Amino acid sequence: MNPAGPLLAARGLHKTYGHTKALDGAEFSIRPGEVVAVMGPSGSGKSTLLHCLAGIVTPDAGSIDYQGRELSAMNDAERSALRRGEFGFIFQFGQLVPELTCVENVALPLRLNGARRRDAERTALEWMERVEVDDLASKRPGEVSGGQGQRVAVARSLVTGPRVLFADEPTGALDSLNGERVMQLLTDAARSTDAAVVLVTHEARVAAYSDREIVVRDGRCRDMEHAL
Amino acid sequence: MSIGHTLLGLLESGPRHGYDLKRAFDEKFGHDRPLHYGQVYSTMSRLLKNGLVEVDGIEAGGGPERKRYAITEAGVTDVARWLATPEKPEPYLQSTLFTKVVLALLTGRSAAELLDTQRSEHLRMMRVLTERKRHGDLADQLICDHALFHLEADLRWLELAAARLDTLAREVTA
Amino acid sequence: MSPGPRTRDLLMGVRFALSGGREGWTRTLLTGVGVGLGVALLLVTTAIPSALAARDARASARSEHTAPTAEQPGRDTLLIGEADTRFRADEVHGRLLKPEGPDAPLPPGLESFPADGEMAVSPSLDALLKSEDGALLRERLDQRITAVIGDEGLIGPGELAYYAGDDRLRQLGGKVPRVTGFDNSAEPEPLDPVLTLLILLVFVALLMPVAVFIATAVRFGGERRDRRLAALRLVGADARSVRRIAAGEAMAGSVFGLVLGAGFFLAVRQSAAGVNLFRLSVFPGDLDPAPWLAVLVALAVPAAAVAVTLFALRGVVIEPLGVVRTARPARRRVVWRLLPPLAGVALLYPMIGQGDEGGEFSQWQVIGGVVLLLIGITALLPWLVEAVVSRLGTGGSVAWQLAVRRLQMSSGAAARLVNGIAVAVAGAIALQMLFAGVEGSYTRNTGADPTRAAIMAMIPSGSDAAGRTEAVARQIDQAEGVTRATALTGTELATTTGDPQRTAMLTIGSCAALREVAVLPSCKDGDTFVLDGGDDPAGAEEIAKPGRKLYAGAVYGDDTAEAVRWMLPADTRRVAARPDPNGEKRSGVLATNGAAPRNLGSSGHASVYIQLDPSVPDAVEHARTAVLKADPAITPFHLQDTEQSGRFVSIRTGLLLGASCVLLLIGASLLVSQLEQLRERKKLLSALVAFGTRRSTLSVSVLWQTAVPIALGLGLAMAVGVGLGVVLLKMVAAPVAVDWTAVASMTGVGAGVVLLVAVLSLPPLLRLMRPEGLRTE
Repeated sequence: MNPAGPLLAARGLHKTYGHTKALDGAEFSIRPGEVVAVMGPSGSGKSTLLHCLAGIVTPDAGSIDYQGRELSAMNDAERSALRRGEFGFIFQFGQLVPELTCVENVALPLRLNGARRRDAERTALEWMERVEVDDLASKRPGEVSGGQGQRVAVARSLVTGPRVLFADEPTGALDSLNGERVMQLLTDAARSTDAAVVLVTHEARVAAYSDREIVVRDGRCRDMEHAL
Repeated sequence: MSIGHTLLGLLESGPRHGYDLKRAFDEKFGHDRPLHYGQVYSTMSRLLKNGLVEVDGIEAGGGPERKRYAITEAGVTDVARWLATPEKPEPYLQSTLFTKVVLALLTGRSAAELLDTQRSEHLRMMRVLTERKRHGDLADQLICDHALFHLEADLRWLELAAARLDTLAREVTA
Repeated sequence: MSPGPRTRDLLMGVRFALSGGREGWTRTLLTGVGVGLGVALLLVTTAIPSALAARDARASARSEHTAPTAEQPGRDTLLIGEADTRFRADEVHGRLLKPEGPDAPLPPGLESFPADGEMAVSPSLDALLKSEDGALLRERLDQRITAVIGDEGLIGPGELAYYAGDDRLRQLGGKVPRVTGFDNSAEPEPLDPVLTLLILLVFVALLMPVAVFIATAVRFGGERRDRRLAALRLVGADARSVRRIAAGEAMAGSVFGLVLGAGFFLAVRQSAAGVNLFRLSVFPGDLDPAPWLAVLVALAVPAAAVAVTLFALRGVVIEPLGVVRTARPARRRVVWRLLPPLAGVALLYPMIGQGDEGGEFSQWQVIGGVVLLLIGITALLPWLVEAVVSRLGTGGSVAWQLAVRRLQMSSGAAARLVNGIAVAVAGAIALQMLFAGVEGSYTRNTGADPTRAAIMAMIPSGSDAAGRTEAVARQIDQAEGVTRATALTGTELATTTGDPQRTAMLTIGSCAALREVAVLPSCKDGDTFVLDGGDDPAGAEEIAKPGRKLYAGAVYGDDTAEAVRWMLPADTRRVAARPDPNGEKRSGVLATNGAAPRNLGSSGHASVYIQLDPSVPDAVEHARTAVLKADPAITPFHLQDTEQSGRFVSIRTGLLLGASCVLLLIGASLLVSQLEQLRERKKLLSALVAFGTRRSTLSVSVLWQTAVPIALGLGLAMAVGVGLGVVLLKMVAAPVAVDWTAVASMTGVGAGVVLLVAVLSLPPLLRLMRPEGLRTE
C-alpha cells in the first residue's frame, strides 16, 4: 500500500436525521489511489457517510480531514468549490441533466470551474473515448441505455481529474455485464490517475473491485483490514 | 463441517446426555444425515480426552449413551475460536455457514460479526478472482465469474440470515 | 343497471382526484384553487352589470329629477332643494327638505322628515363627520344629526349623503322643485359607440387571460398524473379509458374549483361593503350575477377543463411502462397558427372608420375579432418560443446553457407558462392605446385658469340677480383661504323686446370684477365699455353702439319681469376682452354697478368667481362651506384645466384594477407551475449541487428559463397589442399614435409579475437543492 498518510480521514462522525441516528461515531480513512468499498445493510448509514466525506452534508459532530483541511470548518461555497475541483461523483441514476447532450453533461464540471465551452468539451470527449462512449457525444441522456448513461457519468466524474471519486451504488441500476464494465472502467481510470475511490455498494461482486472494505452497521464503521 | 464443534456448541447451553445431543443435532442440522450413536460416542471421547468436555454424571445402567456431558472453559473458548474463524471461501459452504449461524444464535453470539468476518474472507478471494478476470482470457473470465457468483450467493444468504436474526432466534430457542 | 365503461372510467378519475393520497389531494387542491380564483373573478365580472343596475335603481328611487310636481303647496307636496357638496375628493349627496303637508313623500331610507336644523346622514357621512378629519365638513353641515339614512336610500354602502330639514326653502326663491313623489325615468344617455367598444374590450381583455389561466390551472400536476395513468395502463386500462380517467380527474378538480370559486365569490361579496375602490362602493346584496350567466360559468368551466385535458393529452402516448411524448413532435408550423389572428383582423377590418360617423359597432364582431387576435397569441407563442430557442447559442455561462437546453427540450411548457401574461398584456396595451387615442375627444381642454378662480359659484336664476350676487360675494370673500370673491352678473341687451333677432351680452360688476373679463386702462363706477375681440362678436357689433337706446333684462319676455329700457352711454369706451376665469372671452357690453340698468328682476344669471389662497390648507373646503352657508342652492363648480368624461374615467380605472388582478392571478399560477417543475427535478438538482454546482448558477439558470419565454411572450404581446391598438384606433377614427408609456408600463407590470414569481420561487428552489434530495430514492 501507499506508505503516505491518508488523503481523506474522518473520525467520530455523528449525524442525526430527525430521530434516526444515521452516523454514530463513524471513522474512515482512505489513501491516494486506494479503492475502499463501504458496505453494510441498507439504512446503516452508508450514503450518509459518503455525503459527509464528500462535504455534501455537514456532520453534527466529528472531524473530516482532507489533505490537512478540515471540511466541517469550511463554508458552503468552499465545500462546493472543493467538490467541483477535487472530488468526482457517480450516483445510481438521475444525475445527468436530461436537456444537455452527453458531451455537455461530461463537460459540465469543467464549465462550472470556469473553463471555456470549447476546451471543456474537447477534454470531455477525450474522457468519453476512454470509457468508450464518445459515439454518444451529441445524444441526450434520454436516448442512451442505462449502462451507456452510467459510463457517461463515469466520464463526467473523472473529467476534472479528481483526487477522490465518490461512487454511490454506481451499478445499482445496471445488469451484471454493464455493472462489470462500469466498475472496470471506473477502477482502471481511478488507478491510472491515482485517484482514491469511495465506493458505496451492497454487492460483493462490485466490492470485489476494491482494495479493502469497511462495514457500516448502526452508524458505526468496522474497518475489516484491521479487524483481522 | 466439524461435528465436534457443533456438539460442543450444543453443550454450551447446558449439560446433556449423549442421546439428547444426537437428537438436538439431528433436529437442527442433520435433516438428511442423522448422526450415528457411534459418531457421537467417538467424538465425545475425543473431546473428553482433549479436556473440552467433562462428564457431568452417569445414569444408572451405564453405557456411553447414558453419560451426561458438560462443556469446559476450554471448550467454550474452542467454540468461540471456531465461530470467529472464517471458512475458506469455496462453493457449497452453506451447511457449515448455516451451522455456524445457528450456533452463534444458540450461544448468544453475534451473527453480524460472523457475517462481517466471513464477508471479508470472501472478498479477499473475490478480489483475487476479479483481478484474474481482468487480465485473463474469456475462459478465465467465465471460470472466475462462476466462482464469483457462487461466493456472492453465500454472502447474500449470510446477509439475509443476519437480517432475519430475530425470526431465527425465536425459532431456534423455541 | 351498472354504469357503462365510459361512466366507470370517469368515476374512477373522480375517485383518483379525491382519494389519490396526499399527492392526489395536493393536485386537486391546486387545480381547485386555481379554477376557483378564475371562477370567482368570472362571477364578480358577471355580477358587475347587475350591481350597477341596482345602484341606478336606488338612485332613481330617490331622484326628484322627473318626479311628479305640484304647482301649489298641498297635503302631499315636498320642497326639495339640491345641496350637493364635495369634501376633498368625495362627492356628498345632499338634499334640503321641507314637507308642506302630512302626506309629503318621504325619501327612501328615511323614517321621518328631519326638522328644521336637523339632518339625517348616511353611516359613512356620520363616521366622517365624527372623525377629526371631518371637522371641516362639520362646520359646513352643522345641522343636528338626528337619524341615519337606511341602506335603501343609498346607492352604495360608502356613499356620503344627507337630508337636512330646512324651512328657508320657502324663501329661497320660487325655483325649488315641489314634488309629490320621486322618480328618474329619464332615458339614460345612451353610451356612445366608442365607449361601448371600450367597455366590451375591457371585458374581453380581462376575461381572456382568466380563461387562459383556468386552462393552465387544470394542467397543474400533469406530469405526475401521466405517471399514474401509465401505472393504470400496466394493469390493463386501454388508451381510451385512460384518457377518460384523466378527463374525470380534471372534471373533479374543476367542480371542486367551482365550489371554491363560489366560496371565494361569496367572501368577496361579503367584504364588498368594506371596500371603497375608486370612490365606488357596492352593497353585497347588489353583487348578484345573472342566473343564466352563473349557470353558464358552472357548465363552461368543467367542460373547458375536460377539453383542455384531452387536448393536452393529444401529443402524449401513455404506455404501460411510462409516458412517451410522441417521439419528436412535428415541428410547429406557423401557417395555421397565423389563422386566428388573421381571422381576427379580418373581422375588425370592415369596421375601420365607423366610429367617426357615430355609427354602431357590431358587438359580436368586435368581441370575435379581439378574442381571435388574443387567441392568436396563445397559438403563435409556442411556435415563436420554439423557433427562437432552437436558434439560441449555448455558449456563455453554464446557467445560460442549462436554461437554453431546457427550453429547447420543452419549449411548449415554457410557452404555456407565459401565455396568460402575454394575453393580458396585449389586451391591456391595446386598450391603453385606444384610451390614449380617444382621450382627446373625451378630455376637454376647458381653457379655465384655476389660479385666477378655483371655484365658480353659479347663483341660480330666479334670485334677484345683481344685489344678491354682490351680497353673496361679500359673504364668501370673508371666508378663510379666499383671496377674492368676484361677482359678475350677466343679462341680455337687445334693440327690441319679445322676439329679438340678435342680442348682445351685458356683464355687470365692480371695476375689479370687470377686470376679470377685459383689459381696462382705467375704470370708475359709472363707466361702461364695449368689448373687442370676444369669442362671439356678431350680436355685439350690431347692437352695442354707444348712445343707442336698448332693452336690457328679460328681452325675450318673461312672466316675472319686463325688459328695462337702457341707453348705452355715449362715452362708452372700446376695450379689449381677456379670457374670464372660465377661459371664455366675453363679447358685448360691460357696465360698472353704477351704470347698470336698474330693476332687472330675476332675469340675470350671476356667478361668483372665488380665488383661493394656495398657502391656506383646505382653503377650498372653507370656500365650499362659505358658499353653502351663503345659499345652499348655489352649486360651486371647480374650475380645472381639463375635464374628463366621468364615465371614461371609471372605465379606465376599471381596466387598471382588472388588469392588475388578472396579472397577479396569473402570477400565482406561474408560481405553482414553476414549483411543480422544480419538484420534478429535485433529484437532479441535488445531484448537481453534490458535484459542486453553485446554487447561484442553478438559480440564475431558473431565472433565464423564465426570462427568455417571458421576453418573447411580452415581445409578441407588444406586437399584437400595438397592432390591435392601431386597428381599434382606426375603427374609432382617432389619430394613430403608439402610446409608448402605456406599452412600457403594461409590459413592465407583466415583467414585474414574472420577476416576483422568480423571486418567490427561489426559497423553495434553494430548499430543493439541499443534499437531502439525494437520500430519497
